[in-house]
Amino acid sequence: MFVLTEMKDVIRVTPEHFHLSLTESITTLLNRKLANKVVLNIGLCIALFDITDIGHSYILPGDGSSHTEVKFRYIVFRPVIEEILIGKIRSCSREGVHVTLGFFDDILIPVNALQHPSRFDETDQAWVWEYPKEDGDKHDLFMDSGESIRFRITSEAFEESLPAGPPGTECTGQTVAPYKLVGGINEPGLGLLSWWEAPEQDDGDDNDVDDNDE
Amino acid sequence: METIKSNAAFLCNYEVMQILQQLKDNTQKKHKREASLATVTYETIHYLQDTECKIQSAQAIQKFLEAMKKYKLTKTEKLMMVNTPPRTELEIQLIVQESEERLSESDVKDIISLVNEVLPPTECS
Repeated sequence: MFVLTEMKDVIRVTPEHFHLSLTESITTLLNRKLANKVVLNIGLCIALFDITDIGHSYILPGDGSSHTEVKFRYIVFRPVIEEILIGKIRSCSREGVHVTLGFFDDILIPVNALQHPSRFDETDQAWVWEYPKEDGDKHDLFMDSGESIRFRITSEAFEESLPAGPPGTECTGQTVAPYKLVGGINEPGLGLLSWWEAPEQDDGDDNDVDDNDE
Repeated sequence: METIKSNAAFLCNYEVMQILQQLKDNTQKKHKREASLATVTYETIHYLQDTECKIQSAQAIQKFLEAMKKYKLTKTEKLMMVNTPPRTELEIQLIVQESEERLSESDVKDIISLVNEVLPPTECS
């Protein structure tokens, strides 16, 4: 789920940071620029891994800062398509189940990728997997928020975010999530971890599961 | 800013955890805090602490990968096995594409016992 990405950038170190070592200021500046941000078609940047190359520093006319070309490697969150991840349910809505990993929230499991058959429970605001029992009856498995869930990444989408308006004005465009993941749990073994923990006991021990749901 | 190689290497959860842990300790010493870096490291460590990488070690992962060489799995499949060690046949089926054709039943059993031996489960999982 994490990858290293090699990047190249020109870093501008302002004069007040000249007393620090160049590596130190570059590390700080790169982390300030990239940490916790999504880079288009790259993923969510977490932290600087290492600096592989520091080029010559230049001073440009009219600017007292030094400009240095650096090559570096950054730790990036970018799960592979088809990867299995474990997250927590953030909320359920008509669109599907929203999953969070703590540091990354924009994961949706759409309705058509839930276990079949599922229904949305309006009173509990939760999706329910109507697990068919052998005797033709069905057994309701609730997907409550906060539960751990195992899912497969099925697709990803990057959205170019528009620059926000000047501070103080309200004309900011609607904020779109820059990086979205779509997951699926419509395979055996996927879904809440508790569903699959003791498969052999599932049929006999229905009461146990019920207690957790209520 | 330019990207030279978007996928230079894969990192397993354990490695990321180590790096972030170190980073967190270093910044605390220097009393220098970058808001966004602090947030993302905190949240990522928080997430990783709930996963199995908390109890893994570099040697164990190395030993595991060494032993997995003979099964001809892809890099991502092995990475997933390290990040979420499979304990049941079902989990192996999920991780490995077309596992029925590529792994025999005894292979699957061997992998499970290997996982349990080298990457033992947490008590409070």
